[in-house]
Amino acid sequence: MIRAHVLICGGTGCTSSGSKAIQEAFAEQIEANGLAEEIKIVQTGCFGLCALGPVVIVYPDGTFYSRVTPEDVKEIVEEHLLKGRIVERLRYDDAGAAVPDELGNVGLNDTAFYKTQNRVVLRNCGVIDPEDIDEYIAMDGYAALGKVLTEMTPEDVIKTVTDSGLRGRGGGGFPTGFKWSLCAPNKAPQKYVVCNADEGDPGAFMDRSVLEGDPHSVIEAMAIAGYAIGATKGYIYVRAEYPIAVKRLEIAINQAREYGLLGKNIFDSGFDFDLYIRLGAGAFVCGEETALMTSIEGNRGEPRPRPPYPAVKGLYNSPTVENNVETFANIPQIILRGADWFASMGTERSKGTKVFALGGKIEHTGLVEIPMGTTLRHIIEDIGGGIPNGKKFKAAQTGGPSGGCIPASLIDTEVDYDNLTAIGCMMGSGGLIVMDEDNCMVDMAKFFLEFTVDESCGKCTPCRVGTRRLLEMLEKITKGKGTLEDLDKLEELCLYIKQNSLCGLGQTAPNPVLATLKFFREEYVAHVVDKKCPAGVCKDLLSFSIDKDKCSGCGMCAKNCPASAITKTDYVAPGHKLPSYEIDSNKCVKCGVCMGNCKFKAISKI
Amino acid sequence: MKSLAELQAIKDRMKDKVVLREGTDGIRVVVGMATCGIAAGARPVLNAFVEGVNNGGLAGKVSVSQTGCIGICQYEPVVEVFESGKDKVTYVKMTAEKAQEVVEKHLKGGNVVTEYTIGAYDA
Repeated sequence: MIRAHVLICGGTGCTSSGSKAIQEAFAEQIEANGLAEEIKIVQTGCFGLCALGPVVIVYPDGTFYSRVTPEDVKEIVEEHLLKGRIVERLRYDDAGAAVPDELGNVGLNDTAFYKTQNRVVLRNCGVIDPEDIDEYIAMDGYAALGKVLTEMTPEDVIKTVTDSGLRGRGGGGFPTGFKWSLCAPNKAPQKYVVCNADEGDPGAFMDRSVLEGDPHSVIEAMAIAGYAIGATKGYIYVRAEYPIAVKRLEIAINQAREYGLLGKNIFDSGFDFDLYIRLGAGAFVCGEETALMTSIEGNRGEPRPRPPYPAVKGLYNSPTVENNVETFANIPQIILRGADWFASMGTERSKGTKVFALGGKIEHTGLVEIPMGTTLRHIIEDIGGGIPNGKKFKAAQTGGPSGGCIPASLIDTEVDYDNLTAIGCMMGSGGLIVMDEDNCMVDMAKFFLEFTVDESCGKCTPCRVGTRRLLEMLEKITKGKGTLEDLDKLEELCLYIKQNSLCGLGQTAPNPVLATLKFFREEYVAHVVDKKCPAGVCKDLLSFSIDKDKCSGCGMCAKNCPASAITKTDYVAPGHKLPSYEIDSNKCVKCGVCMGNCKFKAISKI
Repeated sequence: MKSLAELQAIKDRMKDKVVLREGTDGIRVVVGMATCGIAAGARPVLNAFVEGVNNGGLAGKVSVSQTGCIGICQYEPVVEVFESGKDKVTYVKMTAEKAQEVVEKHLKGGNVVTEYTIGAYDA
């Protein structure tokens, strides 16, 4: 009789920090201690707290172990599983903040990271084995599809989704029910449902985690969408760089076919639906809906002009509905729990929850799901655990290369579609990159422009040439060769690219520049007028120097300088025995290695 | 899959297997499993509770887990029953048979088996 479950995270983060070896060690130790009949090992999807991985949870008590190594496993098995003594040194207790509940449990939900999250999309991630359809069914899986096919008309389904207020989670925020209602009436011999799993924003991994942790929720939702709009075929377009997601999707689709949850005459309703996977080769532009469809058709991934919209002429020129992974993952819960339940979460015009991938200068890197309207301050300070090393929060970038930054002065903004648009940002797909005082905003804008220049498909001139010119101007500014006029030109070109590009990639590519110009103009001015980088990032505007009175003459800086730019002087500072060193600014490559090596804090950059 | 009944059958079959992970707001049974507890025979007691809870349809309402030494080694095997809003009940010198009785009378019936509690031995 199984009395305890050991859940081991098999998401990408924990897999790359070695969770596979931990799983094997558990199997070995459990066997060695004769507990195989009593303890079950389950590999799950992402728990969310990736920064503390590999993560292991033991149920029924819900003990949360973080940063587990294969060497720790013996102790966990012998102490916890055999003798019931929690291995305190590995238990994540939120720096002592997590307090036991009245039954004496200290669970995941008692930690600041999880306490205020509301897991709808991620409800099964880290709870079920994504490679076992039975576990998904145990969590009400496929009940929504059953309900739709046996009790509801396609119109009922669309009405429920519309009433829920669900909006596209890929970034645009287009109302999902409305999108379906545009496609449903169009007659055609074949219609399609497409899932956009071409998550390409740097730092974003929400969709990846859903596919890895709960692939059936997307499959079920696509079948529901198929029924609602009258489509019998679906495609999931997923990046080939997501091997775990692809593998689990394949397993899930095969299991669903075996159970007859995909295929002909599902639930004896006369409805047929089947799904196919298409692998993307990693082009960012293929996340744009028309480019994605062009790519599925076997052509080079380039966007098509709209109209006609996909609802009329989409994949293979047939009416098509395309939604993002996270949007789909909401659907089964909306069907089962009702539109009112979903609409009760969130704000006036942004309903439900949103998953964010927290990254950058933040204590708890990972995946969080919170109701729409949660303040940025709560996300960063409470859930995210704040900025490491006592640094000050400067800005958060939402929407990756298509989005903008929210400056520290707006940290109390309630995060939803409309509030972010109002301050010149966008929700984006959910990447949230946190920056502190050591980040240069001009350099950040340059980073994203480098990305869009690389990823522009080249079809239209404003994007292909415009983004390159933008990047060149930013490079000029970070090299200290910019002028105030350049800032005006920069802004003008940004607006031109936005207005004239063919697809979303070009239309949003200038956003990081526009947002930083708006909120951090003084930093641009410092670069062009004072020729200084206030954050100390842009190398051409930096110079390193040694305070000769603080220098002890240990020579560690000179020894480690890759450019041999540091030499001994004749000066011996009072209180020191050895002569101090100095930096030849002509030879210095500004790598900062000397500063890291100086134990006497004698080196500074200005 | 031809009917909702088929789906429900799979769900029913699987529910008890995943319910362990949902945590419970109900009753929590903790068996002392330190060296002293194991030596005194805590393992059959633990197994009796696990089986009693699963076979008695209590999965999801009652969780069974272990703990280390409670500090009253002479009374091992010791079992504590926590229920929110109620006082903790401590059973001592337990056996598998007594465990079955506690499952029936206390966990299912709601009546503490007073003669096995530490109070009965103290007196």
